[in-house]
Amino acid sequence: MSEAEKDRSMLLQKEMLAAHYERLEAAPETREPVVYTFVPGNLTELIRAFGALPVLPEINALQSAMRGKSQAYIAAAEKAGHSEDVCSYVKCDIGMSTAGNVGPTGTRLPKPDLLLLSYTGCYTFMKWFELLREQYGCPTVFLQVPYQADGSQTPVQRSYVARQIRETLIPTLEKATGRRYDEERLRENLARSAAAEEDLVAVLQSAKKMPSPIDAYFGAVYYVGPIFSAFRGTAEGVAYYRALREEVEERAARGEGPATPAGRLDRQKWRLVVEGPPNWTHFRDFWRMFAEEEAVVVASTYSKVGGTYDFGFRHDPSDPLGTLADYCSGCYTNRNLPSRVEMLERYVEEYRADGFLIHSVKSCNSFSAGQLTILREVERRTGVPGAFIESDLVDARYFSAANLKNRLESYFQMLEARRAGSGT
Amino acid sequence: MSCFVGIDLGSTTTKAVVLDENGEILGRGITNSRSNYDLAADVARTEAFVSARFRILERAVERAAGSAALGRLLRAFRLEQMLVQLGRLQARIEEEVERAVRPDRRRAASEKVREIFQSLRAEEERRLDDPDPPARSDFFRDAAGSAYARLAQEIADPTGVTFDLLIGLYDTCIVPVENEPIELGFREHIGKALVRAGGQAQVRPSVEAAATAGLEASATVGTGYGRARLPFPKEQIRSEILCHGLGAHVLFPGTRTVLDIGGQDTKAIQVDARGIVTSFQMNDRCAAGCGRYLGYIADEMNLGLHELGPLALSGRRPIRISSTCTVFAGAELRERLSLGQKREDILAGLHRAVILRAMSLLARSGGIEDEFTFTGGVARNPAAVRALEELVAENYGPRRINISGDSIYTGALGAAHFARRGAMA
Repeated sequence: MSEAEKDRSMLLQKEMLAAHYERLEAAPETREPVVYTFVPGNLTELIRAFGALPVLPEINALQSAMRGKSQAYIAAAEKAGHSEDVCSYVKCDIGMSTAGNVGPTGTRLPKPDLLLLSYTGCYTFMKWFELLREQYGCPTVFLQVPYQADGSQTPVQRSYVARQIRETLIPTLEKATGRRYDEERLRENLARSAAAEEDLVAVLQSAKKMPSPIDAYFGAVYYVGPIFSAFRGTAEGVAYYRALREEVEERAARGEGPATPAGRLDRQKWRLVVEGPPNWTHFRDFWRMFAEEEAVVVASTYSKVGGTYDFGFRHDPSDPLGTLADYCSGCYTNRNLPSRVEMLERYVEEYRADGFLIHSVKSCNSFSAGQLTILREVERRTGVPGAFIESDLVDARYFSAANLKNRLESYFQMLEARRAGSGT
Repeated sequence: MSCFVGIDLGSTTTKAVVLDENGEILGRGITNSRSNYDLAADVARTEAFVSARFRILERAVERAAGSAALGRLLRAFRLEQMLVQLGRLQARIEEEVERAVRPDRRRAASEKVREIFQSLRAEEERRLDDPDPPARSDFFRDAAGSAYARLAQEIADPTGVTFDLLIGLYDTCIVPVENEPIELGFREHIGKALVRAGGQAQVRPSVEAAATAGLEASATVGTGYGRARLPFPKEQIRSEILCHGLGAHVLFPGTRTVLDIGGQDTKAIQVDARGIVTSFQMNDRCAAGCGRYLGYIADEMNLGLHELGPLALSGRRPIRISSTCTVFAGAELRERLSLGQKREDILAGLHRAVILRAMSLLARSGGIEDEFTFTGGVARNPAAVRALEELVAENYGPRRINISGDSIYTGALGAAHFARRGAMA
């Protein structure tokens, strides 16, 4: 995409990210504390309430991949003894840190003062931080969020998480940052989160319109960027989501589709729901395969990994620790298979999708386990045909463009034949 | 007469099917895909039109009750095509002798090459008089190549013009010869074929009619791996999934599940009562268990691909093969052989391994419904078919399993029907 084809919001986001990485680089001088944490279940409002800056290793990995840097990092990690089968996010991050910890935008990343693991369903995250702890010799704190095996959070689970935040996380953060816990500040952050979340949901739900003014997978990756990474609860975050919402609403009013690598997608032949994270090494090529077929994604589960807001959850400043517990429990990765099926079913129906697609990722078992069951079950419930394709997150060796294109073409032609056959 | 053409550019072979207005098959052609998809498509299409004209001829002669002579005429036609190609190959090899063979051996090498080609032509001519000539590969490179190798072996001189030298000449020259466009059409050769076949006075008018019959392709649809190479607009390109689904439906209208095992992929397809695909799965990331896998095993065992199945069928105690990675399977094969296990038992195990992978894809695509149609090159292999029958019965109970002798054309047939449907719509 040339600059001219990019949305204003994308340029704004680019500036925000660049500024954040610069601030991180300067952190050792400015003495701003740094907390490493992961996207699902991230407690950015709390971290920010201590004046600390968050670093999200998987965001660095995917950003590196989008800039064509992941393969060398993965090779470095494999040379250091990590198997080909290890999560490629982990290897990319390990490779990056051994190569001088230079972030995706070319600035140096600071060492962590604390590793904060909010455990929301991904076991690999735990092993990842064990490795980083070895490397940096810094303190680690572990928030245990119970898996939603029965599909919802019980009151006991909720208070269990809130108590850990109060009794373990906060004292650890106080020690690591040298600053006192300030609940007022947390409440202010949470209020800003809720405002941004409101706008994000409006943006994501705009895809219910026909034509959709957004792509809710490839495009949404950009839309969720700030809120899933370092900007939830910040003034910049609020401003970004307000601007984004206005931009999308204007587009919707003009009846226009989103910008894509194949030009603006006004003609939308296929509306799809997508499950699973995208591939980052060939992100634009992958997107183009859809756009060229005039397929727009109207809803995706991946755009919920850092928080599921479209079913009503908003951060609530009146109950700061309880609301953080709710947030962590409700993360997509912390949900059981039936809830995931239900979510996809709702998306297919509410967004009037013609099809749904599972992009299965080789190096992520958390996501991939059970996806074939999901496929069959969603097909059964909705009568909408599913497709299944495979590649990887940031390991380019597993992205076979010819095969993916072949599968997708076959799938779109199948949809076409079915549409022609049903006379609609 | 207007007709409809389907072309399937597969990774191993390229197939073409010509349909008449009623959707009846008029002609079929097949060639190896070589490295030149454009030419492969041309050759397959030309062959399909040749066979279409023979079909028209056959219909005319059937009416005139004189079809006995047709077999000989067809053989004469094939002979004419073969002689043209042998002529070109010989010319190329003789040039190569001049270019690449040591000066002191050139003369001897030229003589041996001429001797080989003389025998090749004589063998071809003998096929004309044999009403039931021995089966051989459909592809020039294989048919001519195996005869050439045999003759080279017989006349090679270990101290002068060696077997290796002669085979090297063939290997160097077959690729360019195969990739030169060549006129193999009906009109080019039917005249000579008539003369050669002799005594064809009663069919001559029908031949004339068949040669001049207007056979206009009113629509063509392409499919297969090389489909993007076809000079067709996008709407004339269909994925092989859809074409195999429709092709299987045309061959066996009761089909609900299709398994296609081709050269580099395996497809499990579910179709509805109209042959429209409702769901499909293909092998991703790895092509073990496809046709090429069997080709590799055949090479490892020094067998022809067509010999593999029958040998495996004679296995009494199939050996469990743990790996279906093509390269590792070769290693496992050698290991088993060194342990003294029987070739046929190992092969039976390998065939079962191939089908086990297909079973997993079938399960992913939604299982096996009645009727179940098996297509692709591997459906010609009797051991693969037996393994499939056993595993289907074990996993899904009784199912009607359809296999057509022409299953290799399934994709092209489906493409031709898409062309026809498109034109009729």
